[in-house]
Amino acid sequence: MTELRYEAPESLDGAVTLLSGGGGGKILAGGTDVLVQLHTEMIEPDVIVDIKNIPELKRLSEDGGAWTVGAAVSGMNIIDNDAFQTAWPGVCEGVALIGSIQVKGRASIGGNLCNASPAADSVPAIIAAGAIANIVGPGGSREEPVENIVTGPGQTSLAQGELIVSFSFPAKQANSGDCYLRLTPRTEMDIAIVGAGVNLTLDDDGTCIAARISIGAVAPTPLLVEDAANALIGTKVNDAALDAMVEAVRAACNPISDKRGTREYRIKTAGVIARRAALKALERAQAN
Amino acid sequence: MATILEDSKYDPQRDLKVVGSNPVKHDGLDKVTGRAKFGADYFLPGMLYGRTLRSPHPHAIIKSIDTSAAEAVPGVKSIVTRDDFPEIDPGTVAGEMTRTAMAREKALFDGHPVAAVAATTDAAAKQALKLIKVDYEILPHVIDPVDAMQPDAPILHDYIRTKGLDEPSDKPTNITERLITEMGDVEKGFAEADVIVERDFDSKPMHQGYIEPQGCVAEYSDDGQVELWCCTQAPFVYRDRLSAILKMESAKINVQQSELGGGFGGKTGFYPEPVAILLSKKAKRPVKMVLSRNEVFRGTGPVSATNYTIKMGVTKDGKITAAQGHLVFQTGIFTGSMYFNGPNAMFTRYNFENIHIESFEVVSNRPKVNSFRAPCVPQIVFGVEGVIDELARKIGMDPIDLRLKNAATEGYTTVYGETLGPIGFVETLQAAKDSEHYKSLVKDGEGRGVAAGFWFNRGGETSTSMNIAPDGSVTIITGTADVAGSRISIAMMAAEELGIDVDKVRITMADTNSLGFNRVTAGSRTTYSVGMTVVDNARQCIDQFVKRAAEIWDVPEDAVVYENGECRPAGANVGNFEPLTIADITKQTTMSHGAVTASASMNVTGAGPGFGLHIVDAKVDEETGRTDITRYTVVEDAGKAIHPLQVEGQYQGGAVQGIGWALNEEYVYGEDGRLQNASFLDYRMPVTSDVPMIDTVIVEVPNPRHPFGLRGVGEVPVVPTMAAIGNAIGNAIGVRPQSLPMSPPKLLEIIDNRNS
Ligand SMILES: Cc1cc2nc3c(=O)[nH]c(=O)nc-3n(C[C@H](O)[C@H](O)[C@H](O)COP(=O)(O)OP(=O)(O)OC[C@H]3O[C@@H](n4cnc5c(N)ncnc54)[C@H](O)[C@@H]3O)c2cc1C
Repeated sequence: MTELRYEAPESLDGAVTLLSGGGGGKILAGGTDVLVQLHTEMIEPDVIVDIKNIPELKRLSEDGGAWTVGAAVSGMNIIDNDAFQTAWPGVCEGVALIGSIQVKGRASIGGNLCNASPAADSVPAIIAAGAIANIVGPGGSREEPVENIVTGPGQTSLAQGELIVSFSFPAKQANSGDCYLRLTPRTEMDIAIVGAGVNLTLDDDGTCIAARISIGAVAPTPLLVEDAANALIGTKVNDAALDAMVEAVRAACNPISDKRGTREYRIKTAGVIARRAALKALERAQAN
Repeated sequence: MATILEDSKYDPQRDLKVVGSNPVKHDGLDKVTGRAKFGADYFLPGMLYGRTLRSPHPHAIIKSIDTSAAEAVPGVKSIVTRDDFPEIDPGTVAGEMTRTAMAREKALFDGHPVAAVAATTDAAAKQALKLIKVDYEILPHVIDPVDAMQPDAPILHDYIRTKGLDEPSDKPTNITERLITEMGDVEKGFAEADVIVERDFDSKPMHQGYIEPQGCVAEYSDDGQVELWCCTQAPFVYRDRLSAILKMESAKINVQQSELGGGFGGKTGFYPEPVAILLSKKAKRPVKMVLSRNEVFRGTGPVSATNYTIKMGVTKDGKITAAQGHLVFQTGIFTGSMYFNGPNAMFTRYNFENIHIESFEVVSNRPKVNSFRAPCVPQIVFGVEGVIDELARKIGMDPIDLRLKNAATEGYTTVYGETLGPIGFVETLQAAKDSEHYKSLVKDGEGRGVAAGFWFNRGGETSTSMNIAPDGSVTIITGTADVAGSRISIAMMAAEELGIDVDKVRITMADTNSLGFNRVTAGSRTTYSVGMTVVDNARQCIDQFVKRAAEIWDVPEDAVVYENGECRPAGANVGNFEPLTIADITKQTTMSHGAVTASASMNVTGAGPGFGLHIVDAKVDEETGRTDITRYTVVEDAGKAIHPLQVEGQYQGGAVQGIGWALNEEYVYGEDGRLQNASFLDYRMPVTSDVPMIDTVIVEVPNPRHPFGLRGVGEVPVVPTMAAIGNAIGNAIGVRPQSLPMSPPKLLEIIDNRNS
């Protein structure tokens, strides 16, 4: 039996030092994935590095419309922030779907992303929002678009000793709106069979001038589907454009068949959910 | 001592004071505050922690088990394998029970226990498991029951020969039994029909889904006595079965039931208990074992999967002339599914004259199935009530009217030979028709479905005793496990009979050394049967109160009457005596005569069958196949609701469990024969937001064999659920699903096929 060590550094330097030394260090944010994995013996780390005592990771702030969300801020703190909720309702929809209120009292978006499940609910919404991950590590700090973090189930592009400090959300454009929807057999406490995050910006005539569409649970990683966005850009997001978007989404899907859903079912419903999310994002963009 | 309550003295005019009210449950506060002790809540000094090593293979010969490295782990105190269990022939009841607890010759399903460790810490036990080396020779496996029936299927037990064949065969097979259940002449019946419908159906296993995993503490003493604390529906049955597989006398095994965190049939047979006893015997210390949810899914019984065909015929004016079934029941690795309930109950509630059912029970590489509310009935009723709905549609008749037209009434002799006494099926159907729900308009885009169900209800061996304290308060000892709050209803019946406040009565659940044999809590027998013995206890005590009052007053016994908890003079001529309460009598006479006590042991008979009808409104998302149940009403005959809120809880609980079974719950096996969804995340039981408020209508057509007229209400509430939901979905999307669960991918496929 190996002893499990618990550390709770209070600075980024302290965390990086602990994580870089010797390997075997596991970052603990809310622990809603880590503790489950520990109990089921999926992971057996030597040291747990709790990052919740590091101020930069718990900060939620706004500057000129641009939001910075600490990687360990709890889901409840995010969705209870009215100003953030107004700016990014779609991101909040993704966060709100993570487990129950109790789970969200702990769960963070840093953890949701770095657990690297293809079905993580906040991730497509954050990708669609165009968020940037601010990373520190033994080699200093760097920035990376969120869509570049997850490389496969349980795999990220973070190097040994690196952690995500926060996420930077761009200032919200006029006439823009976002939305995240997922499909689960149950109403709650379930894993997405498909998820779709859509973020649209319109010009004054209602023509779509920018779009980002990200889908989850239909490939080894959450996907940013540029063809789907391009199908909407330059259109009034009418039925024909939406049909083309749905086709592009389905073409991008590469899901497995498993206990949670068959391949055919996932591909079919990915289009349905993406269309519904796009229509809701459109409604929000028109209202803004 | 009578063996049954000869005269129930049921009186419809009786002025009831306690029965029919809703007092706070005596065990309620402890349960909501967390003070109640469940299976995992027992701790003894020096207690060890036990863990089980389970086979990852669905079918493999166990060539050898090497525990030496595990024994060397610090803290490990004992290890148990097949070698520690007494040898019992395979193919016998005890032989199959011992092989369920621990694999012997072969591992027979993914999750089959092959060894267990007890250690001073849970971590040490878990580490030791990893060091046990099992040498397996992997054999071909079969999971699906229809595959298991094929001539080239791997044979799982060399001793099975199909019983009930027209021509007996000596070939080993996976089909344990064939059963014909029939009455009248179906061919003649079909010839009389104007419309005939025949459909194929199937269902998957579902788990009982109790929130409390199996947990126990066992202590084996140096002089060969066993104390066992565990969560069980059947303390006495556990004792006697443990006696059979451990080859010990029953009197040396004392089983103490804990509070039960749900059972639903799944805790009628043991899992870790015999293992914990043997670990304790070897370690000479108490051993606690608590299963994980993964172990509960992989290792404990789900319900039978089924594949079947139903064929029925009806005349234009709504007389169902023939009913036929061909049924296959998956029993898991060993026989014992109680599949015969299916053919016996599937059509019972209708007055059919011509019935023919052929049933098969089949083994496959899955855990042996266990009971679940109305074992083997709801999954078949799913098909039967679907076909009845289709018949109603084809002849243009209201679905409840068709059921009314064919409803069984008193005097009908069922396919299993019972002639029905007073029953409430017609009243139940009528109440459903008159309900606000059924009379309301179906909302746009929704479908409404109804379905009916039946359960025999049971009695059986029951023992209780009653003790009156010197201050006149009452304790009752029961041995039929309280799995759902029966305690309060039993206390209420005792209080009613004694004419006292229910708060003066307390119930203790006995260990097996303290009372005569009690049958398992199952089949909706408990409130009915225990009600019988407790009323008998109360009547015995009342006789003694009267005797003692007569003595105190020095009058003949027949000059004393007992009413409203007091003895009074029978008339003015007896003399001018102040009434004597129970306390007055016991205070004055306990010292001279000893305590007033009574005990009763009966094989209770006369359970009145129960009938229900469910009304469901459902909406299906035509682009995703997801179903929302928008409105649900359960209408059911309770005979007499002793504690109406408890009855309502049974109705609602049955419907909720059926909603899960109907929409999402299923076992998913990989090609490798391993269970892939052994967690609540991937085994999709409904969460609160998945179910609407379940409205209830309690119909009361009394069963006169019982002092208060009650019928059991534990099984019927789940029986029609999937059928009613299926009929609602069918009416919403225009095609009646034939496969359970009616999960989103399956419904989307039906919708896509309908559209093309
Ligand atoms: C009951 C239940 C229901 C759930 N339901 C959902 C659901 O509906 N949808 C959903 O998406 N998820 C769900 N989850 C999963 C989980 O809650 C989420 O993934 C959550 O966001 C994880 O966040 P956390 O802070 O708890 O992460 P942790 O468990 O602390 O960490 C998760 C992973 O990320 C790593 N990590 C954490 N923070 C960082 C960082 N800053 N930098 C680098 N690596 C880091 C950890 O080392 C670990 O590998 C559920 C979990 C439970 C227990």
